[in-house]
Amino acid sequence: MVRNGCNLDRPDIMNSDESALQVRGLTKRFDRLAVDALDLTIRIGEFYALLGPNGAGKTTTLRMVAGLLRPDAGSVSVLGIDALKDPVAAKQIMAWVSDEPMIYDKLNPLEYLEFVAGLWGIDPAVSEPSARELLASLGLEPHLHERCEGFSKGMRQKVALAGALVHNPRLIILDEPLTGLDAVSARHVKGLLGERVRAGCTVIMTTHILEVAERMADRIGVIASGRLVAEGTLTELRQQNGKNDTSLEDMFIALVDTEAAAA
Amino acid sequence: MTTSALTWFARHEIRLAWREWLAIMTAGRRGRNRAAIIGLIVLAAFLHLPAYAVIGRFADLQAPLDKSSLIVVTATIFLAWALMLSQAIESVTRVFYARADLDLIMSSPVALANVFSVRIAAIALAVTAMALLLSTPFVDVLVISGGVRWFAAYGVVIAIGLSAAAVAITVTIMLFRSIGPRRTRLVAQIIAAIIGAGFVIALQIAAILSYGTLSRFAVLTSDTAAAFAPDADSIVWWPAHAVLGDGEALLLLLAGSLVLLGVVMAVFSPRFADTAISVSASAAPSRQGKSARAFRAGSRQQALRRKEFVLLRRDPWLVSQSLMQLLYLVPPALMLWRSFADSSAAIVLITPVIVMAAGQLAGGLAWLTISGEDAPDLVATAPLPPSRVIRAKIEVVLIAISVLFAPLIIALMFASPQQAAVTAAGVIIAAASATAIQLWFRVQAKRSQFRRRQTSSRLATFAEAFSSIGWAATGALVLSIPLAALVSGLLTATIVALTWKISPRRE
Repeated sequence: MVRNGCNLDRPDIMNSDESALQVRGLTKRFDRLAVDALDLTIRIGEFYALLGPNGAGKTTTLRMVAGLLRPDAGSVSVLGIDALKDPVAAKQIMAWVSDEPMIYDKLNPLEYLEFVAGLWGIDPAVSEPSARELLASLGLEPHLHERCEGFSKGMRQKVALAGALVHNPRLIILDEPLTGLDAVSARHVKGLLGERVRAGCTVIMTTHILEVAERMADRIGVIASGRLVAEGTLTELRQQNGKNDTSLEDMFIALVDTEAAAA
Repeated sequence: MTTSALTWFARHEIRLAWREWLAIMTAGRRGRNRAAIIGLIVLAAFLHLPAYAVIGRFADLQAPLDKSSLIVVTATIFLAWALMLSQAIESVTRVFYARADLDLIMSSPVALANVFSVRIAAIALAVTAMALLLSTPFVDVLVISGGVRWFAAYGVVIAIGLSAAAVAITVTIMLFRSIGPRRTRLVAQIIAAIIGAGFVIALQIAAILSYGTLSRFAVLTSDTAAAFAPDADSIVWWPAHAVLGDGEALLLLLAGSLVLLGVVMAVFSPRFADTAISVSASAAPSRQGKSARAFRAGSRQQALRRKEFVLLRRDPWLVSQSLMQLLYLVPPALMLWRSFADSSAAIVLITPVIVMAAGQLAGGLAWLTISGEDAPDLVATAPLPPSRVIRAKIEVVLIAISVLFAPLIIALMFASPQQAAVTAAGVIIAAASATAIQLWFRVQAKRSQFRRRQTSSRLATFAEAFSSIGWAATGALVLSIPLAALVSGLLTATIVALTWKISPRRE
């Protein structure tokens, strides 16, 4: 059965014990330690928000998971596939959307999605209706045949997101996907991601908009100085913090301040 | 706006122009400034040698000149002017489209006409400074070999720099007015690309049609040209007289250029703001493509190749470069056509031209496809090994070169099958070498950064140029002096091998 892009008939997805993403001891050093022996487990069908201050290591972590950056140490397993040993197989079931939408100015949205579907080897009979549906659901139907060079950042971000979803990924990794989107577009994107999660896909997303994490995420991870300093549902985080009525923003600031003081 | 404010703005403009130029020279890497300047000085010193070879024999020219000499000198000055015009059109277009400060300037409480007058003057200054820099080795050679009177040549360079900037501003603003800002960028790029080459190629075409040779001097020194040329006291020869040290002609030339620039500033400065506004209003062109077409099936590599072909077809740089290459190929094509009638030995000259063009175009194409990837994350996260991505991109370059050059080689087969075979081999080797060099020195960049490709690695740029020249020479020598071809071929192969050895990505 295929529903909203996620194939729920796959036995590995049906097995709820299996994680969608398992990261162990992930380490990356540039001129300083960016990610410090990070462990992370995200369950299938979960919406996971990764929060952290600027330079905390969120993007570096996700880029290593997506296969864009080679870790210095550690392991990455995507739905049971060792992403470092068999990156092609892992990439087949993953999608990556960066905060800076990278699309081709000289292609129109349909051509872009046709290219992405071709890269992932999706049958055109499946990808074309899916592409049209995605673009329509993101409000891009009037611009299907316009080259992307004239698009605003928000429109480009929506095209990039449609491209990430057109090959029906089972793990969707998004780095600040709502940056530059207007309220209506942001709602479109959130709706689309929510739909995918309900259909069994797994979403891991970084964001600075804490309200989005608060509302959409099943679990939230807070990363600082390359280490996971807190993780859990909103309720669990509040319990860990010892204040049941505190907002995520207050908790986040407290966590980050504590970490900064410790450093 | 007060004079001091205008002076301050002029300083700001010059600083921006200097830093832009420096960024191009240093490939945007700070800390390389000193190395770039030292490199330039060394290059300028080295350029005195080829300058001597090209221009040294003219150092003894004395006024009064005969008509043929006047024609040659004037044509050379006109060629320099055309090249400067090409550079100036490019600069003016860049000011309109690439400067991020137009909003700031236009929202500030200053008289826009004054500000844009300064900006026009800054463009003229930048173009003239570049012209002076490039002409220095040539003028130096003339001064050293022919005496101080040749210093007047610097004055001529300033005059033609100022006038080229004035004409470039006029051309660009007229383009904005006639075809609109959306199309001006592409058209201006095409004009800039072909304008410099156009004059030389027109001379070559005339030489081929009249004398059956590729030498443009054949036309310039012909009796026909002398017969049609105006009298020696005509205004047309002022630049030539000025170069030779005629103070009056030089002063008139400089005054004329300054007046021209002044008129352009007076006429266009108030309109500059309107043009800039219309550019920013339409800075986001949304071209409507073809309506619904079904998604095509195929392998992942086919998807990559299709994407590359579409992007190449829609690339403004490529369109302008292809037109330029096609222009360069017109003279050899004409020679080929003539050679069907008479079996001229000059047909041998076609081979190096074609091989050189193939190498140059392949280098540009390879940069666009291999380094100029606008969605690197997408391609990197796609489920196929990087080697297959690279292979698909290389295939695109080689297919494009084959399609572009096959018609000429097929036509050559009818004239000389042996030469066609040598040319085909030369095209393949030159294209493969240029592509390989781009592959070894690839850097991640956006396609729009194409202008900086030649400065991102000067080693790659020189290697690519020497490889194309080397293979072109080898092709010509195979047909004329086979033993020399062996030496030339070995030398060129050594250059390519050494480039591979010192490249950052040996594969």
